[in-house]
Amino acid sequence: MSAIAMNAIPTEEFVPPGPNDFNLPPIGYTQDNAPTFEFLGQTMYWGLTKPMLQLALSVLVVFVFFYYASRKRAMVPGQFQFVGESAYGFVRNGLGRDILGSRDFMRFVPYLVTLFFFILVNNYFGLIPGIQFPTFSRAGVAYSLAALSWIVYNAVGIKKHGFMGYLKLQTVPAGVSGAVLALLIPLEFFSNILVRPVTLALRLFANMFAGHMLLILFALGGEYLLLNTSGITPIAGVLSIVMFMGICVLEMLVMALQAYVFVLLTSMYIAGALADEH
Amino acid sequence: MDGSLNMLGYGLATVGPGLAVGLIFAAYINGVARQPEAQGRLQPIAILGFALAEALAIIGIALAFVL
Repeated sequence: MSAIAMNAIPTEEFVPPGPNDFNLPPIGYTQDNAPTFEFLGQTMYWGLTKPMLQLALSVLVVFVFFYYASRKRAMVPGQFQFVGESAYGFVRNGLGRDILGSRDFMRFVPYLVTLFFFILVNNYFGLIPGIQFPTFSRAGVAYSLAALSWIVYNAVGIKKHGFMGYLKLQTVPAGVSGAVLALLIPLEFFSNILVRPVTLALRLFANMFAGHMLLILFALGGEYLLLNTSGITPIAGVLSIVMFMGICVLEMLVMALQAYVFVLLTSMYIAGALADEH
Repeated sequence: MDGSLNMLGYGLATVGPGLAVGLIFAAYINGVARQPEAQGRLQPIAILGFALAEALAIIGIALAFVL
C-alpha cells in the first residue's frame, strides 16, 4: 500500500494550463512587468506581441507563395505553378463559383482566396515547431477578421438593394404575414445582422483556443508524469505523449476545416446579401 | 478539488451539439454511400450544417468563460 501511496505523492505540484497561458506579453517582457494601458475597461499590453509578428509573417508567406507560383506562367505548368493553381482553383471553384453563382463570383474571388490562405497559414502556426501558437487563439484577431467579412457582405447587399431593400431582404422572411411577422423581424435582424459576425469569430477562436489548450494539457501532463513521478505512473506519461501526437493529427484536420468553414460561411453570407427578392 | 462549475455545465451543454454533429455526418455518409457522385453537392451542405450546429457549442464555451 505504501509503495503505491508514495508514487501518488508528487515531488512538485502540477500546474494545469489555463486561459492565461494564451495571454502572451510583449516580446522582451514577462506578464508581470509588461507596460499596459486601459482600453474599454480592459487592461491591454503595450508593445509588440508574438501574434502580431505571426500575422505579418503569414501575410509574407502567402504573398511569396502565390508570387512565385504565378511568376513564370507557362501553358504546361511546372510543379510549383501546379500547386499554386490547384490551391487557387480549390477556393475559386469550390467556395466561389459553386456558392456565389457563375454570374458575379469573380468579384469576390480575390477576397475569398486571400482570406482562406491567411486563415490557413495562421492556424498552422499552431503546429509548426518554433512558433506553435495559433494566431486565432487570441479572440481579438478573430473578431477583427469577422468584422471585415461583416462589412463586406453588408456593404455588398446595401450597394445592390439599397439600405431599406437590403434590410427587408435580410429581416422579412417570404410567405409570412400578420402577427408572426412582428415576432420574426426582430429575431431575423438579431440572427442575421448581429449574431452572425460573433459566431463567425467565436467559431474560429474557440476551435483554435480549445485545440491548443488540449495540446498544452497533454504535453505538460505527459512531461510531468514522466519526469516528476516514479513507479508505474510514467507509463501514463508515455500514453499522454502518444495522445498528444494523435491530437496533433486531429488538429491538422480541424485547422484546415475551420479555414474552410470561415470562407464557406463568408461566401454564403455574400450570396445571401446578393440574392434577389423572393 | 477546485474548478469552475461553469465547465461542468459546458460539458453537459455539449451533448446537444455533439449529437447534432453526429447526426449530420451520419446523414452525409449515408447519402454518399447511396450515391457517391453526389458527394460534391452534399459536402458544402454537410459542412454548413456542422458549422451551424457547432455554433451552439461555441456559444456555450464563450458563456462558460464569461459568466
